[in-house]
Amino acid sequence: MDNAYEALVESEGDTRWAFGTGFDDPLAGVDATVPAGVDGPDLGAYCLMLGDDALILSHRLSEWCTRAHELEDEVALANISLDLLGQTRMLLARAGQADGSGRDEDRLAYFRDEEHFRNVRLCELPGGDFGRTIARLLVFASWRLAAFNRLGESRDPVLAAIAAKAVKELTYHRDYAARWLVRLGDGTDHSHQRAREGLEAVWPLVDELFEPHDVERRMVGAGVGVDPASLREEFDAVLGQVLEPAGLATPETPAMGRVGGRAGRDGVHTEHLGYLLAEMQGLARAHPEATW
Amino acid sequence: MVTVTRTDPRVIAESVVDPELPMLTLADLGVLREVAATGDRVVVTITPTYSGCPAITEMRTELHRRLTEAGHPEVEVRTRLDPPWTTDWISDAGRRKLAEHGIAPPGHAPESGPGPVPLRLGPTRRHARCPRCESADTEELSEFGATACKALRRCRSCLEPFEHMKEI
Repeated sequence: MDNAYEALVESEGDTRWAFGTGFDDPLAGVDATVPAGVDGPDLGAYCLMLGDDALILSHRLSEWCTRAHELEDEVALANISLDLLGQTRMLLARAGQADGSGRDEDRLAYFRDEEHFRNVRLCELPGGDFGRTIARLLVFASWRLAAFNRLGESRDPVLAAIAAKAVKELTYHRDYAARWLVRLGDGTDHSHQRAREGLEAVWPLVDELFEPHDVERRMVGAGVGVDPASLREEFDAVLGQVLEPAGLATPETPAMGRVGGRAGRDGVHTEHLGYLLAEMQGLARAHPEATW
Repeated sequence: MVTVTRTDPRVIAESVVDPELPMLTLADLGVLREVAATGDRVVVTITPTYSGCPAITEMRTELHRRLTEAGHPEVEVRTRLDPPWTTDWISDAGRRKLAEHGIAPPGHAPESGPGPVPLRLGPTRRHARCPRCESADTEELSEFGATACKALRRCRSCLEPFEHMKEI
């Protein structure tokens, strides 16, 4: 084809485009059976937690599109965002299957209000500068990789398969963030300062990552989930491997408090999530009957 | 007696191409896992490459369309997530076609052992030959490229940039 625009007006009809054809269920044909002895609504809530973490951080990373300092890093952040969105789609689809509601990924992503989102608050924190984006990505990917590596053994075969796939992706997400944090921390005075400030900004939301919710406790009991508290040791070891060559100290900023004992997993969020959802959900809510 | 001849559904499914790497068929790419035909019904099973790869939806649509057009009245395209796709499933023919189209094929995927995934702070060591001049003296320009599966490299001998399909 001589002209790239010709492809756009190719007259093959709508068959060329998959959207709206009903072929976009990411779990089509996957056996949806909930394993015996596993509580469906709990499994659904658990998948929603893991899916919402990826969805909200994916959105934050996508905010870098057209704004990054170099094309290579813009492409990197967009790729990582897309991987997380792919994980989101499968996890939300699994959530809607398991909880018996039959809600699909779009219903769950676009038509829930803030208090029904189960993501940890780390994910909704505004991206800030590149230093903060990298610090948050390192914290998130290190934590999620440790969890998903164990979830490969989950008694829910669908969750186990989603996790096994995601491990490959989270591995290079973590490597990317770790290399950049070393480069910034061990770079100029200015880049070191930005990296340190970024790490200090996200650190208050680190402890929450390792505090199990009741749903998570029950999923551990059922052999489906991992206990987040058990991930701390691996997380600290990985962070140590990065912070040392980066010349950065573990921040001492105090943890952000819970609200009446509740936090992100309970649907209690910071003020930032509402603004994020307004942007993310606005179009779908303005045209609720639309298909694309 | 009238005999209706239909093209073998396996032949059709194997010839559907990846919309983002149209030089590769789904068979070359290794995403096509199974084609089963019983009576009027054809069930095709595919495994997605990356969690977020948008091409998978196009592949499903195209498989359905091509098989339906070939006279198979009932076509189902199933997703199989386990085991996860790896570039090791790309066929020798697929590797040759990639190189012919200027994309360096992937090397062997890294082994995953038990226990925690090790952190790699150094640059990922990849050995890709230049698909134009076959020099082994190449360098990475960007670990992330135009699609999730590709990195951007440059040949130090002929100085041409090229894409490399990453091992995963």
